[in-house]
Formats: sequence, structure tokens, C-alpha cells
Amino acid sequence: MKKPVIQFENFSFQYRSQTAPTLHEINLTIYEGEKVLIVGPSGSGKSTLGHCLNGLVPFSYKGEVSGSLKISGEDVKDLDIFSLSKKVGTVLQDPDGQFIGLTVAEDIAFALENDGAPQTHMFDKVAEVSKMVEMNEYLDSSLHQLSGGQKQRVSLAGVMVDDVEILLFDEPLANLDPATGKYAIELIDRIQNETNKTVVIIEHRLEDVLHCHVDRIIVVDDGRIIADMTPDELLASPVLEQCSIREPLYVKAAKYAGCELTPEMQPAHIESFQVDRCKAQLVDWFRKVDSPQPKAKTEAILELKDITFGYKPGRTTIQGVSFSIEKGEMVSIVGKNGAGKSTLSKLICGFEKPNAGQIYYRGQDISGDTIKERAARIGMVMQNPNQMISKQMIYDEVALGLVIRGVPDAEIKERVLKTLKICGLYPFRNWPISALSFGQKKRVTIASILVLEPEVLILDEPTAGQDFRHYTEIMEFLVELGRQGVIIIMITHDMHLMLEYTPRAIVIAGGEKIADDTAVNVLADSTIIEAANLKETSLFDLAQRAGIGEPKQFVDRFIAYDREVRQKWQ
Amino acid sequence: MAVEMLSYIERHSPVHRLTGVTKLICFMIWSSIAMLTYDTRVLTFLFLVSIGVFIISKVKLREVAFVLLFILFFLMINNLAIYVFSPQEGVRIYGTSHVLVDIGGGRYSLTLEQLFYQFNVTLKYFTVIPAAILFIVTTNPSEFAASLNRIGVSYRISYAVALALRYIPDIQRDFRNISMSQQARGIDMSRKEKLPKRIKNAASIIIPLILSSLDKIEIISNAMELRGFGKNKKRTWYRARPFQKIDIITIILFVLILIVSLYVTFHDGNRFYNPFS
Repeated sequence: MKKPVIQFENFSFQYRSQTAPTLHEINLTIYEGEKVLIVGPSGSGKSTLGHCLNGLVPFSYKGEVSGSLKISGEDVKDLDIFSLSKKVGTVLQDPDGQFIGLTVAEDIAFALENDGAPQTHMFDKVAEVSKMVEMNEYLDSSLHQLSGGQKQRVSLAGVMVDDVEILLFDEPLANLDPATGKYAIELIDRIQNETNKTVVIIEHRLEDVLHCHVDRIIVVDDGRIIADMTPDELLASPVLEQCSIREPLYVKAAKYAGCELTPEMQPAHIESFQVDRCKAQLVDWFRKVDSPQPKAKTEAILELKDITFGYKPGRTTIQGVSFSIEKGEMVSIVGKNGAGKSTLSKLICGFEKPNAGQIYYRGQDISGDTIKERAARIGMVMQNPNQMISKQMIYDEVALGLVIRGVPDAEIKERVLKTLKICGLYPFRNWPISALSFGQKKRVTIASILVLEPEVLILDEPTAGQDFRHYTEIMEFLVELGRQGVIIIMITHDMHLMLEYTPRAIVIAGGEKIADDTAVNVLADSTIIEAANLKETSLFDLAQRAGIGEPKQFVDRFIAYDREVRQKWQ
Repeated sequence: MAVEMLSYIERHSPVHRLTGVTKLICFMIWSSIAMLTYDTRVLTFLFLVSIGVFIISKVKLREVAFVLLFILFFLMINNLAIYVFSPQEGVRIYGTSHVLVDIGGGRYSLTLEQLFYQFNVTLKYFTVIPAAILFIVTTNPSEFAASLNRIGVSYRISYAVALALRYIPDIQRDFRNISMSQQARGIDMSRKEKLPKRIKNAASIIIPLILSSLDKIEIISNAMELRGFGKNKKRTWYRARPFQKIDIITIILFVLILIVSLYVTFHDGNRFYNPFS
């Protein structure tokens, strides 16, 4: 009999500031050495569940608890956050925000310092743990110089110095490029195999987590556990679809083709998935579904010619990048963390001035224009909405740009309300922004740029922090803008997003453009995938294993079909 | 780039090799002398020494130029203000009056004494500023926290100070991003706009900056708590360094400078050096 380490019994929790409980009657037992994935749409309570495990609830976020939670046999009520932190090690999302030390070694040693460990002991322990996460050669490096994946390894090491029993990962894949995310999942798997710790992962990128073995998946929706089963069982069931969590693409494709999935077909991983049984249906479906129409060429609007730029003399961040974008096109800019994607967008907006090269807008050289002049045509939505919001009320925030431009009041009102309607924010127009969720705030920032009617819209990770339903809403809405002729440029790590919504992808690696092709072609090229830290799509594998000769066509058709199905949600 | 101003600059120099505690003690001695004395000879000596230390530290002038100019600007305002509000301060202190430029024979006549007095004030700034900048850019923030803690400041406060120093570059970067994106929405911060409007516009940059900084604070304080910060009365420091010979020598040297300076300053019972009598 395995030893239970986490036991929720009739556990409910209500934040002090909220009128309804966030978690209802949770009953959940997790056993020693298990690897459990918790998924759920945003606002479902999955993060709160994690906070209960590490003690942030109720010690930092106050509220009312009923029922009991035992961690390795001890009731959490009798513990404090510090003794809990010796049992549960938490790796928070966004490693940047949680680094405390300046160098790798210091950050790893932080918990030991707080315990008052002698210096020699710290040196030994840091050496040991850093070796485990393969960071022993970087002990004296500054944290800011590390790549996204290295940062995550450091934060993992920082909790492992404590010999915790449970490792809790809160959205470990957020902000990581696809290849690094894959590596992170492999690392978690390896550490668990070596140490036999209990691992709890909270993440909504299901397919990426399932890259390695997971014992159980727990689905949380509306503060309740609605499923608790093995990955194979879950993927064969309709639960994910019901609470709008994205299923792995190969599973979705098989379901569209009309395959009856069963746990015995082992759908949890594409490698183990028994395709044979639905081969015929897949091939049949492939034949039936229409392939999307390629878009007709229109006039080029935005053109970059040989742009070179460096923040410091002698070191270029962007090296000779050229491309042109046509009216109404949707383009993804993808590549590794730190490859120069954000810099490129800053150059287009005029936040930075290129050292060499020109930017043309409708054939006119705008390289010399100021930020303000460019802002009349080019709008930029930053990744973090909190960096843009400066008013208390939604209406005022969206109206801000128009007020400053001195637009007459009546026109402001009309344009703001129209934009709020498009962005699905009309019902909230008189709300304070502080009452909105992260995803809604993001929409407010998109609205505040859209209201200025830019002809080019640049979005940095538009779908970060959005669950599948909101993701679909935002993206469909951007597609609609594209139809009206607005150029949409997206900087993203999300391969699904790129594949589904942007027919064209520009790949940046080391400051240079290494590919400029259809999204499907980019993901079919293993050299590009490797150079830019991207990740192939499981749809190719599925098509190949089903014996479909044209895997790219299969992907195209799947995406067109899938979007049509999802449009009916709205 | 200005983004990096006032953050730790890694170099290999004898100044960097000193422990944070030594540097903190020396800096405190240094500023005490500069605060107490108006003796031109002492101030000149201190000024020359601080330039010497600056050279030894291998920190380049260009790396701190922005802060330096910023402070010089305030120094200038300060000097003007002294003259406006107290134009005969020098005469009062030194007891004589050598009028250089007679402005209506009254209060605002320029005297040699006033010039000399303001020269001393400026010199005081010049002895403290390089030392202060040097202290900040040559002390690793975490070691700085350890040092504060070592001289008796509670480790919570020490850490708060160190974190604040560490986040200076982050906040500068955020500020830049936010200001750019707000400018892109049409908020004009340049001189083309009238001052009251510019102040109002500044709010649209400050508010997001505060909001996103508050976010950061929440994340970091959660992260610290989850890793046991604040559990015990005492904590140890990974980066703590034992005193070495060079530290002890430096401190003795500075104490000697303190004693000599104070002796030179006060042996005639007045903290001003008077060349006029």
C-alpha cells in the first residue's frame, strides 16, 4: 500500500475578498512518488489548489478554510508556512520574478541561508544540487545572463536544496520557448526518477506535459474536481472538451475523424497511440475535408530592408533582417528566448532606431519618424497588461489615446463603445480595471490600441495566460481584424497559435532571419526547428503513422476544420 | 547605456576585493569627516584621495557619468540657492569682507569670503560623491546586505535595502518600456508639450510602473517566504567573506585619516579654515 502524502478531505476555501468559495469540497489523495498533473481553465481554482499545498493559502492569501488538508500525515492547520516549505518545494512560473540572489550559487543557497546553515555546508550542498540540474558550471554567473531554460533549472535547484518531499510546479512552461519547455519536462521527469519525490504540476499546456509519463491527471473546473484519472482514460473521455481545455492535436484529429478512442489505445503519448485502429477513418476524413484556399496576393504595406541594430556598439542584436508584409496578413515571429524578436518589434514601432537599414510604410521611408508619428499607423500591445494600464476605469483606459489626440467627445464615445463591443468588454464598460482577470486586462490593452485604428498591430504573446476559450475568442477577433485589412504581427512561443492562425511565420535565430515561409513548412523543417528552438507538431506524426502521404496537407486541413468547429462555440 | 546606472560593476581591483563591511565602515568614516569639516586643506586632501581610489577601482568615469552629471546639476542649484538666500554667509563666518563686485552696495555684493565659502561647500560634495558612487558600484548587493547585517542592522532591513538596489536596473528597464508604449499611444513627454500637461502625462507612465512593481513585489515576497525567509532570528550568508589583512589595514588607515582630519580641523577651535585673517 502506497503512503498518501497529500490528502484533501472535504476541503473548501474562500478568499476573504470574494463572495463565493474558490474551491468546493475537494477530495483528493496523492501518493508518495506519484507524478500528478492538474489542469483546468483559467479561474477554475487550479492555482489556488497549488497555493493550498505550499501554504500561500491561507498564510499569505487570507480566507476561510473548511475541511482538512494533510501533508505527509500532518494537518496543515498545525503547521506554518515555513515548516510547509520544508515539505513542499514550489517552482513558481516566471523564474525572472522569483530570483532573489544575484548569482546562481547565491540563489540556490537562499533557503539554506535562511536556515542559518554554516557556510561550508552551503558550498557542499549547492555544488551537489547544481550538479543534479546541470548548472554546476554556472555557479558564479549572473542570473540575468542565463537563458530561460537555465533560469528554470536554477529555480528548481533552489527548492531542491531543502530535501523536500513534494515538488510543486506552477505553470512551468509559461514563458519558455517550445524546445526549452520540452527539455524542462524531461528534466522534471529525470529528477523524479532519480529522487522518487512526489511531483505535482499545474499547467494548461497538456500536450507538452504529456511529452513524458504522468501517473494521473486531475481536471479542475469551477472550483471542483471533475475528473481524476490516468492520461489514457482522460484523453478517451469527453471531459477536456467539456471544460474547454485543449486536447493534444493528434487526439483531436482522431476524434474529428470519428475514431472511438479507448484507454486501451493508449492515447496519452503520440508514440504509444495505437493509430492502426483508426487509420481507415483518418484517411477517409483526410479525403473528405476541404483544403483551405490560399490567399490572394495584395499590396505590400510594411517593408523592412536590411535592418541591423545593436543595443551596445560592437554587438548586434538584429543582423540584416528584411521582409515585407501585405495588407491584412497575419504573421508570427518565432524563435528562441532572446533571439531578438521583441527588439524587432521595437524597431518597427520606432522605440529603437536601427543602426542600418530602412523601414518603409506604403512605400514611404519611415525610418526617421518619431514614435508618435509611427503610432498613428502602428500599434503595439505589450505582453504584460499591467505595463500599459494607467486608468482606473475601463472606459477611460480605452479612451485615453483618443482624449490625448484631442478627438471630440461624441466621437470618442462612439469609437470606444464600438471597440469595447468588438473586444467583448462592453458589459464591463463601467467596471474598475482592478476587478478584471489577467486575460480580461489583456483584452483591455488590445482595445486601447485598437480604438486608435492602427493599420499594423503588433502583439507580444497575445494569448499568454488565456485559457482555450479566451484564446479562441481573442484570436478569432484578430482574424476578423485581418479581414478588414489590418496587418497583425504576433510574437509567440505557442506553436499551435502559429500553426492555426498565422499562415506565415518569420523565424529569427541569433538576430538573423533564418526562415520566412508558411507555418506548416517551417514546422516540417527539422533544421529550422532545431536552430530556433521550435517544436514539431504531433499532427505530422499522426499523418505519417496513419499512412497519409501528404502530412503537410493533413495539417492544413485539420487546422481549417478545427477552426470552423470552434467558431461555433461563440 | 543609462539603464545600467548605479548598479554593481564587476571588476578585479583592490577596491572590489575589500569586504562589504570594510567599505561600509570606510564610507561612513569618510562621510562623517566630510560632514564635520569645512577645512579647505582637509577637504582638498580627501578629494585627491577619493580620486586616487576611483582610479584604483578601475571603474570608468563614463560608466557613472550620468549620475555624476545629475548630482552636479543639483550642486549647481544648491550653490545658487545659497547665494540667493544667504549671500553674506562667508562674511559672517570669516569675519572680514573683501568686496569683489559691488551690487548696489547691499546684500548681494559678491565677496571673496562668500566665494571661498561656496567653494568649500562644493568641495564637500566632491569628496563625498565619488566615494558614495564608488561604494555602490563596487559592492555586490548581496554582500552589501551581509555587511549591513554584520554591523548590527536587522537582516530583514538589510535584505530590503539590497533588493531595492538590485531592482534599480529592472525598474529602469520597465520605465523605458512603459514610457515607450505610452508614447506610442500619443502621450507626449517631450518639450513640445506644456509643463502642466507633461506632469499629467507623466502619471500615465508612473501608474503602470507602480502597478507592475507591486506585482513584482508580491511575486518576490511570496518566493522569499516559500523558501523560508524570516523564519529565524538570524541567518547566514553564502557570500559572507572573512576579514583579510587588506581590510584591517584599510580600516586602520581610514581611522587615522579621521583622527588627523578632525585634529587639523578643530585644533584652532573652529571648523573653518580661515585664509583671510
